[in-house]
Amino acid sequence: MNYQYPDERGHFGQYGGRYVAETLMPALLELEQAYAEARQDPEFQREIDYYLKHYVGRPSPLYFAERLTNELGGAKIYLKREDLNHTGAHKVNNTVGQILLARRMGKKKVIAETGAGQHGVATATVAALFGMECEVFMGKEDIRRQSLNVYRMKLLGAKVIEVTSGTATLKDAMNDALRHWVTHVRDTFYVIGTVAGPHPYPLLVRDFQSVIGIEAKQQLQEAEGCLPDVAVACIGGGSNAMGLFYPFIDDLSVQLLGVEAAGFGVATGKHAASISAGSPGVLHGNKTYLLQDDDGQIQHAHSISAGLDYPGVGPEHAHLNDIERAQYVSVTDDEALHAFHQLTRLEGIIPALESAHAIAQVIKLAPTLGADKIILVNLSGRGDKDIHTVAESSGVELL
Amino acid sequence: MATMSRIEATFAALRQRQETALIPFITAGDPDLKVAAEIILTLVDAGADLIELGVPFSDPMADGPTIQASSERALAAGTTLSGVLQLVAEVRKKTAVPLILMGYYNPVFCYGVERFVRDAVAAGVDGLLLVDLPPEEAAEISPLLHESGVALITLLAPTTPRERMQRLAAVAEGYLYYVSMTGVTGGQKISPEDIRLAVDDLKGMTNVPVGVGFGITTVADACAVGTFADGVVVGSALVKIIEKYGKSEELLPEVAKFVAELKGGLTALTS
Repeated sequence: MNYQYPDERGHFGQYGGRYVAETLMPALLELEQAYAEARQDPEFQREIDYYLKHYVGRPSPLYFAERLTNELGGAKIYLKREDLNHTGAHKVNNTVGQILLARRMGKKKVIAETGAGQHGVATATVAALFGMECEVFMGKEDIRRQSLNVYRMKLLGAKVIEVTSGTATLKDAMNDALRHWVTHVRDTFYVIGTVAGPHPYPLLVRDFQSVIGIEAKQQLQEAEGCLPDVAVACIGGGSNAMGLFYPFIDDLSVQLLGVEAAGFGVATGKHAASISAGSPGVLHGNKTYLLQDDDGQIQHAHSISAGLDYPGVGPEHAHLNDIERAQYVSVTDDEALHAFHQLTRLEGIIPALESAHAIAQVIKLAPTLGADKIILVNLSGRGDKDIHTVAESSGVELL
Repeated sequence: MATMSRIEATFAALRQRQETALIPFITAGDPDLKVAAEIILTLVDAGADLIELGVPFSDPMADGPTIQASSERALAAGTTLSGVLQLVAEVRKKTAVPLILMGYYNPVFCYGVERFVRDAVAAGVDGLLLVDLPPEEAAEISPLLHESGVALITLLAPTTPRERMQRLAAVAEGYLYYVSMTGVTGGQKISPEDIRLAVDDLKGMTNVPVGVGFGITTVADACAVGTFADGVVVGSALVKIIEKYGKSEELLPEVAKFVAELKGGLTALTS
């Protein structure tokens, strides 16, 4: 490959790195070493492949969205159906990988942070599969908004820890997970849910999610005999996007397009568009684009999609933006809701609100491209979890 | 170095008196910057040898609930890094006590590393302790600090392997900060005997003084650690007093009383 990031210290250009308390440094070095060994071990890869196939249900289909394509009257649109994975989103690709690694390292307990609850559920699921103790940190505000996922985690045997510090949302859940990890670092494995955090997490998560792009590339080759012209994915922390983008990174003819959450609109200040409207800084163990004030205090993010509601982004996206290998745009809550309804009606697929952001960008983009062009979009999760939010936005009260 | 820094001079004097340094920590700006200036001078009068000033951050990942809340109060009172530097400049007119800024990297990074070092020197900052900036990531700031004579304080933890400890101790400046337990600030009960083993080992690796902090809450804790460490950091216990008395008239006398007790305990160790 031409593209060789991160470097040996976990940097993607000026981003990434390992900005953590000394207490955690040895654990990160141990993890880095264990992963370097596992990466070379065909048995580890076989194990991952086994569970991805028989437990997660991979490969996920690549589906030609014919009615959406016809409606938009431009480029052909292909959906990578991560929504059909066990637990309903791409998150499980990563938790299978990390928990198999944790087992290999002899760890018996796992912890995770979660915003919408998707990563929490995916971690609790795989922890149940392997009989591991699991604690999930979740903001008080998110627990209220996502009670269904909270109950799912409890059914799966996980303990959900309510986080009341700071703004009581995802970033604070990550703070508390890090605080817990500092205190229990000797026997606990921290399963980070996105391509952020200290090195080697952005690398680990990218590798485990790359199955998305690897499959899609092959499937599109079979269907169309070519590469896509554009690959589109939504970005919160950016794990589904990194998983889609990475296998295409040296294919320079493929435009990589990340879609951030513009919330009420970037100009209102109530959004989660870290790359489009943030600035470089250091949070949660890595240097990246953040939403922050002039004094370096982290600001609240806002998105209708809880999974995108994070004031930072994975450091590799920050780097891809700066070297202009990927482009980052943003769509508003309203645009995402519109896309949610349009995909549901035209294709009979109810997308997660996160994924609806990617669809919203496709709705803008497809008509501007010729019918000979191909857009590959990652449908990262299904929308069942968002039914209440969508109903509320339409003024419908569900029981 | 031709002239001794304030940190070096302070430890040298303490060593002659065979005393352990008392290093109180407060959050700069809790309850506000004006009162913080009075607290600092009170600490000095009550016997503080060096002072760590917390720079508040919205996401203090290495801190327990007490210092998290303190940081939130300081931010709510409008504290910024430039306000903290002004506080240092103000206090520096009245005392030569070594002042160490402690906090997280992001506010410093956003302030601009070069601008920060220049302004910190001008204000009279003696050291900088950034909890989330391990030596591996410090290259963009450490040479600038070194040139300016501001010590970048290195943290070591119970989880730090011996080989790494040796490597970090060899390049330490100011003093080494040994984190007394695997946890966040103000955490669970410390185990002085375990700390002693680690600190004794560490002292064999360096001539730089070794301070111990995180979880030292009582005079008894401070004395137990003070028998073998060169300095004892007391943070959360002091911050709790500030939390309790806020801007009331009792604040400064209560702070003075607690710090004098700590200092009295540490001084009694030598006599």
